[in-house]
Amino acid sequence: MSKSNFTRRGLLKTSAVGGAGLAVPTIFTASSASAFTNEPTGDTVTLGFNVPQSGPYADEGADELRAYELAVEHLNGTGADNGMLETFSSKALKGNGILGKKVEYVTGDTQTKSDAARASAKSMIEKDGAVMITGGSSSGVAVAVQALCQEAGVIFMAGLTHSNDTTGKDKKANGFRHFFNSYMSGAALAPVLEKMYGSDRKAYHLTADYNWGYTTEEAIVSSTEAMGWETVNTVKTPLTQTDFSSYIAPVLQSGADVLVLNHYGGNMVNSLTNAVQFGLRDKQVNGKNFEIVVPLYSRLMAKGAGANVKGIFGSTNWHWSLQDDASKAFVKSFGTKYGFPPSQAAHTCYVQALLYADAVERAGTFNPCGVVEALEGFEFDGMGNGPTLYRAEDHQCFKDVLVVKGKENPTSEFDLLEIVEVTPVAQVTYPPDHPQFAGGSLGSCNPGA
Amino acid sequence: MDAIILQILNGLDKGSAYALIALGLTLIFGTLGVVNFAHGALFMIGAFCAVTLSRILTLSHTVIDETKTDFLGNPLKVDVPYIYDIFGQATGDVIIDWAVPLSILFAIPVMVGVGVIMERGLIKHFYKRPHADQILVTFGLAIVLQEVIKYFYGANPIPTPAPSAFTGSFDFGAMLGFDPNTIIYPYWRLVYFAFAAIIIGAVFAFLQFTTFGMVVRAGMADRETVGLLGINIDKRFTIMFGLAAAVAGLAGVMYTPINSPNYHMGMDFLVLSFVVVVVGGMGSLPGAVLAGFLLGILESIASMTQVLDVLPGLNQIIIYLVAIIILLTRPRGLMGRKGVMEE
Amino acid sequence: MFGLNKKDFTLLLIVAGLTMFAPFLLNPFPEGSAMAQFNAGYPDLMQRFVIFGIFAIGFNILFGLTGYLSFGHAAFLGVGSYAAIWMMKLLTMNVIPAMIMAVIVAGVFALLVGFISLRRSGIYFSILTLAFAQMSYALAYSVLTPITGGETGLQPKMADPRILDAALTEGATPRANLFGLSMTSSYELEVGNWLFTFNAGYYIAAVVMLLAFYLSIRIFRSPFGMMLRAVKSNQQRMNYTGLNSRPYTLAAFVISGMYAGLAGGLMVAMDTQVGPERMFWTASGEVVLMTILGGAGTLIGPVLGAGLIKYMENIISKINSGILHEWFAFLPDGLEDLIVTLIYPFIGKGWHLTLGIVFMLVVIFLPGGLVQGGQKIAAWVRGGKAGSRDKASKSTKPAE
Repeated sequence: MSKSNFTRRGLLKTSAVGGAGLAVPTIFTASSASAFTNEPTGDTVTLGFNVPQSGPYADEGADELRAYELAVEHLNGTGADNGMLETFSSKALKGNGILGKKVEYVTGDTQTKSDAARASAKSMIEKDGAVMITGGSSSGVAVAVQALCQEAGVIFMAGLTHSNDTTGKDKKANGFRHFFNSYMSGAALAPVLEKMYGSDRKAYHLTADYNWGYTTEEAIVSSTEAMGWETVNTVKTPLTQTDFSSYIAPVLQSGADVLVLNHYGGNMVNSLTNAVQFGLRDKQVNGKNFEIVVPLYSRLMAKGAGANVKGIFGSTNWHWSLQDDASKAFVKSFGTKYGFPPSQAAHTCYVQALLYADAVERAGTFNPCGVVEALEGFEFDGMGNGPTLYRAEDHQCFKDVLVVKGKENPTSEFDLLEIVEVTPVAQVTYPPDHPQFAGGSLGSCNPGA
Repeated sequence: MDAIILQILNGLDKGSAYALIALGLTLIFGTLGVVNFAHGALFMIGAFCAVTLSRILTLSHTVIDETKTDFLGNPLKVDVPYIYDIFGQATGDVIIDWAVPLSILFAIPVMVGVGVIMERGLIKHFYKRPHADQILVTFGLAIVLQEVIKYFYGANPIPTPAPSAFTGSFDFGAMLGFDPNTIIYPYWRLVYFAFAAIIIGAVFAFLQFTTFGMVVRAGMADRETVGLLGINIDKRFTIMFGLAAAVAGLAGVMYTPINSPNYHMGMDFLVLSFVVVVVGGMGSLPGAVLAGFLLGILESIASMTQVLDVLPGLNQIIIYLVAIIILLTRPRGLMGRKGVMEE
Repeated sequence: MFGLNKKDFTLLLIVAGLTMFAPFLLNPFPEGSAMAQFNAGYPDLMQRFVIFGIFAIGFNILFGLTGYLSFGHAAFLGVGSYAAIWMMKLLTMNVIPAMIMAVIVAGVFALLVGFISLRRSGIYFSILTLAFAQMSYALAYSVLTPITGGETGLQPKMADPRILDAALTEGATPRANLFGLSMTSSYELEVGNWLFTFNAGYYIAAVVMLLAFYLSIRIFRSPFGMMLRAVKSNQQRMNYTGLNSRPYTLAAFVISGMYAGLAGGLMVAMDTQVGPERMFWTASGEVVLMTILGGAGTLIGPVLGAGLIKYMENIISKINSGILHEWFAFLPDGLEDLIVTLIYPFIGKGWHLTLGIVFMLVVIFLPGGLVQGGQKIAAWVRGGKAGSRDKASKSTKPAE
């Protein structure tokens, strides 16, 4: 029943076209020329980089795009160096494109809206013949585009998306996430918080009132309560809120001595700035110093909060100050090209592009089902996060998680966070049927066509 | 009890921001009759005046520090602001620290200039055009202004802290006899409240007690007649536009330590400021101020957990809910004049 | 014909022709050529053109005729979308029940909002509609998450009941269809270097739009439409003559809400996903801009406005610096870099800037919107001949 659901424009675009003026009407069926959506038949392959270029996450999107451009250079072997290809444990990639085809790319603007992101991804698939879509800076967009890619029969390599749902209730066989998630943040942060602040604490949560906020709050509450903290209150704040004073003012009255800000992006910058402005960090409650925790840190966003991040704990997927060979290689090639160190968003996007290319190379085909097979259960190293597993059951990467702290004496505008602890992967691993990830199923891979 | 006092206090501060933005908008929208969708952009430009001034103050030349290395292992380049060279490091630091208050002086001429250019160059031609055209042109202008700022400053919020003298908070609770730490309030927000009160008072006094203000008020009521009396009302309206832009800009400057400014902050405030103006009633300056404080306080109270436990999600919709109730019970908002923007 | 006068019928025919041949018209450039970037003839964008066309046509029935400026129309589109996706989750993936339900639910919601908001006029009305839409958005994003899916929205899932459909085979994805014809299925035609895509979903949406357009012409030309225009020109006088205008404006509001719901339903039919930001005030603002940009109160204007905005959003935003360099590669290096640097701020991530400039230029130079632009061109073409005759007569004058 499903006829050609998405086009094979990539085929036409890249192959030499003959027979001018010759009409060749063809109705596509599953048995037609191409075995899967947008099968590249020429000497190039097109990837779609779908990142936010307008709206609040535009700078993060710009950094993602820089990383993708770098990845394409490395894949094609045209860069100044080979970045992480040197350190990547799989040696399938040769620097001659993917399966010998030169990598080309198209870009689009997600606007951090799911409708716009899907429109942009669809145009990449239908018009430009993209065989893989990647990027994005929010979970809403990731879930929406992932579902689209499943339907269209192309691979989706998620960019920055932290909600449990992306590889939980909304997981899809054609979608893969390298970034860590809310659960991992909780599991990594809790022991460090216990060590720093003790196990007898009262926490007050301010939570962004949407899916990502819910999963993060749930993860942090359950992991901190497990070590003995008490949750005094959890308050939902509207996404569109800019001034958080009315939420922060009552915190001290509640008797809490820790404030957890389950906010990201602009919300995080504003709520943290407001909290520091209220002088919460200078207060003594229950005989202890009042503390603030930001579960998901991003250096780009930390920059927006300025000096307010000093001494505040959070977790992050990767940081440029890591000293392993892979991170150093990536920072060097990114920094040489652009003049500043990459963000965690850039890192995860770069790695995702390489992982996809490597999977295709190992599978010997661009067919999504082959790629899925190659990525499922794939174990690798040399990508900046230590030994990593792409788990087959939910397409989530399992790797070390960084617990970071806002640096007291930054030496430059990029030097905002310092790594407190690298939480080993074993500590953040959970079973695939964990209740925080319940519901939803991967389904099976869809090659489209 | 103390929880409610706290939220009222909080709402006064929030309200002062709303009132200040709405005041500027109502000067243009409620009185000149122009639906100005670029008003949020004016607020945003004001905020970026503060950013720009602090950038100017920290204009630097680089000195290479051989003892340290940067992230690539090269010798670290340290930026030394020129202001250190002029005033020495100690004084220089103080000046940089006080960048936001200093920006007020910087922002007033800039904003008046922006307002006057906008009115003379664009808005003037739209007084007689339908509101729909005004919306399209000012919205287009807002996007352009926003994108220009984004081009130069990026999309991320830019931290613009208050002078260090104003960090921390004032303990009202202790003063009023409650337990310490129950009612605290940041110093900068108190400054903002006082600042808003001064600006609002000044605008009212200007319109009420000066001849210029009298003519403008007459012009609002009946532009044609005032024109027939041989008074150049156009020129005065231009000045009014400049004044409105300055009010919006100053609101923006002082707001920067509260929320780090970014290029789309104007759009975030745009809808809200229209709601405030309309709830206050078209053409009424006191109405706009009153509505600003009212909505600020109600918003604060709606965010109390005691309220949210009973009505979850109320904090999401409170502003709009109040707007609907007020507009249904009072046809022209709180203090609106008959016949303004009703057709 | 169809109860239309000759002029309107011609217009309908032109629109029908344009929509039916859109796959050709929107793909004027051969594949692989540098200009192919400007091709818009791929299914998703063509679908968006007609869907937003419907949305704007409906909006124009309210705004263009009565002058009531609703600033919350996206709420009806969103509510329609949610209704449609729930039909797909519970009943069947066939798009017909989804679209019908979308129209009904949006109509009921519009009746409610309209009944309250129309008690006020002018800016007060606009703010009331805005308030309802913003409340819908905020609640859908947060506390209504169990019904709306919140931030991540709703999509058809394997596990949905879908009582009318046969069970899906393991691993199949539920697809929107019309009695088995999948919305995504396409027929492709290669002519030389050109590739034209005829997409089932697009043609279904286009037929719906033609019906919607036809209906809107009939409304414009009916006594009801006349009454609405009377509301716009002078409501007070109308009331003094003893006519109660409320039922008319309310009917117009509900009809235009149903158009929005239809657009929302079609959106889900073409792309089975709903998210709450569809109801955000910027989305409401967008349809206002589309209508004014095209020409409020004209029949075809809103459709043109919708097309222009969606074209910019989807085509300009995808041009990146790499493509620019490709275009200007024939120039000497220095000049190439200069031109790319000059154009770069306006394309790709700068597409908003271009959009803002276009808004301003249109409203400054074409007060009647794009339609007026079209008329001017038409007049110039016709008048060009007339003008040349004028000139000829002038030039003969001195001879007298």
